[in-house]
Amino acid sequence: MENNTNPPVGKSQREELTTDQQIRRRTIKAFALFSVASLVPYGIWKWIGSRPKVNGLPDVFREVLRANEEVNDVFFSHANLAPTFPVEQAARQVRVNGRVGLQPGASPDDWQLRVEQPSANGPGRQLTLALDDIKALPKHDLVFNFKCVEGWSQIQHWSGARFSDFVAKYQLGTRNDQPNPVTKDWFRYVGLETPDGKYYVGLDIESALHPQTLLAYEMNGQPLTDLHGAPLRLMIPVKYGVKSLKCIGRIFFADERPRDFWHRQGYDYDLAL
Amino acid sequence: MQPTMKRIVENKHPLAIRWFHWVNFPLLAVMIWSGLLIYWAYHPYKIQVADAVLVKFFPDGFFQALNLRRRLAEGMAWHFVFMWLFTINGVLYVAYTLFSGEWRHLVPNRHSFRDAWLVVLHDLGIRRQAPEALKYNAAQKIAYSAVILMGLGSLLTGLAIYKPTQQAWLTTLLGGYESARLIHFALTIGYVLFFVVHIMQVIRAGWNNFRSMVAGFDVIPYGK
Repeated sequence: MENNTNPPVGKSQREELTTDQQIRRRTIKAFALFSVASLVPYGIWKWIGSRPKVNGLPDVFREVLRANEEVNDVFFSHANLAPTFPVEQAARQVRVNGRVGLQPGASPDDWQLRVEQPSANGPGRQLTLALDDIKALPKHDLVFNFKCVEGWSQIQHWSGARFSDFVAKYQLGTRNDQPNPVTKDWFRYVGLETPDGKYYVGLDIESALHPQTLLAYEMNGQPLTDLHGAPLRLMIPVKYGVKSLKCIGRIFFADERPRDFWHRQGYDYDLAL
Repeated sequence: MQPTMKRIVENKHPLAIRWFHWVNFPLLAVMIWSGLLIYWAYHPYKIQVADAVLVKFFPDGFFQALNLRRRLAEGMAWHFVFMWLFTINGVLYVAYTLFSGEWRHLVPNRHSFRDAWLVVLHDLGIRRQAPEALKYNAAQKIAYSAVILMGLGSLLTGLAIYKPTQQAWLTTLLGGYESARLIHFALTIGYVLFFVVHIMQVIRAGWNNFRSMVAGFDVIPYGK
């Protein structure tokens, strides 16, 4: 198509116009197409806005976030650990961000932990535990970079029992109610709630059983304060901080996703790091 | 020379390049906008010399005017949906430039950095002559290659803050979680600066140049 020939001397007006016309026609055509094409992103924007909301997000976004989780399962391993730090680096002033479900001033003597284990062949089991039952499990220290979904982070020092030790000791989390997890017959989710049920989180069982997931009863070597979730809270480094529920009142196992406070407000359910 | 003495140069910008370029525009816009929704939830960055804050990212009025406040969940959802399209488009662009040979026009060579300085002097009206250039001048080569490296940087720092446990090695390599977030943010400011200069240069270069990015063909006078 490229026209490399020199114009003949005295080239007629008509031929010159033809080049101009050609430019004109092709320009109009290209910009017409460009305008139509630019309606596509606008249409996508409008379409997303018109989708029904599922827990505050357009349903298509929920589907993609679910797909992202599946991609994570392909590429990532639940065996990976969050980096840990020397205890001297841990913050003295530990940030407090959430107070939902806390009842400061409530007597710790009244506190007890309710654990519910459903069963396929019966009514299931219910346990009521005291803080000493948790303290009887091997104690682990964890100094890691706590990450808030808001974007800030802080190196913090927590101590407590591994959630996996707790589950093993009380034969929890398996559908067949057997202590031996060789069958891998795990429930898919764990739900945790504050005593008043006002704050609640759901976790996939793999993250709950992660070796760094603690039922924590100490911060910087001291018993938890009310605002940090006394007497017992979850500390789960493989998730954003919103999943580290304070003042655990109830723990239960389920195959359906337990309700999750921030998921209902439009956040991703998984929030895995 | 009469204004009608001109000819059409076909395919100055191949169709694929034009697609990648224009598809990237709304995608990057969505990534920056949703990134701001996320950034609002924790927005500590500023440029400070001694005690004087020179630039605050961003003043409250900025967040307010653009309605960026209290939309973290929404921002995260948009960001983690559109990250796929932004990445795929970028990867396809790089792959295309490699396989088509177009990279030869884009990658700077050993003369480019000196020439780019001359281009800047020329564009600022300080130097009369611009250095010889084929499709892109030296400054363009550097800018267009740098913005691709920045894209790679956004991808890596983004991964480092998206999955800092799973990709702990990457997060550590980038100086830690806070550092990776700061770099991720700084790169975004870089895109905005790139955009401002890019728009100014497009206006300066004129209609023919702009049209070639849409229609593909260029129009030049005879004899050139």
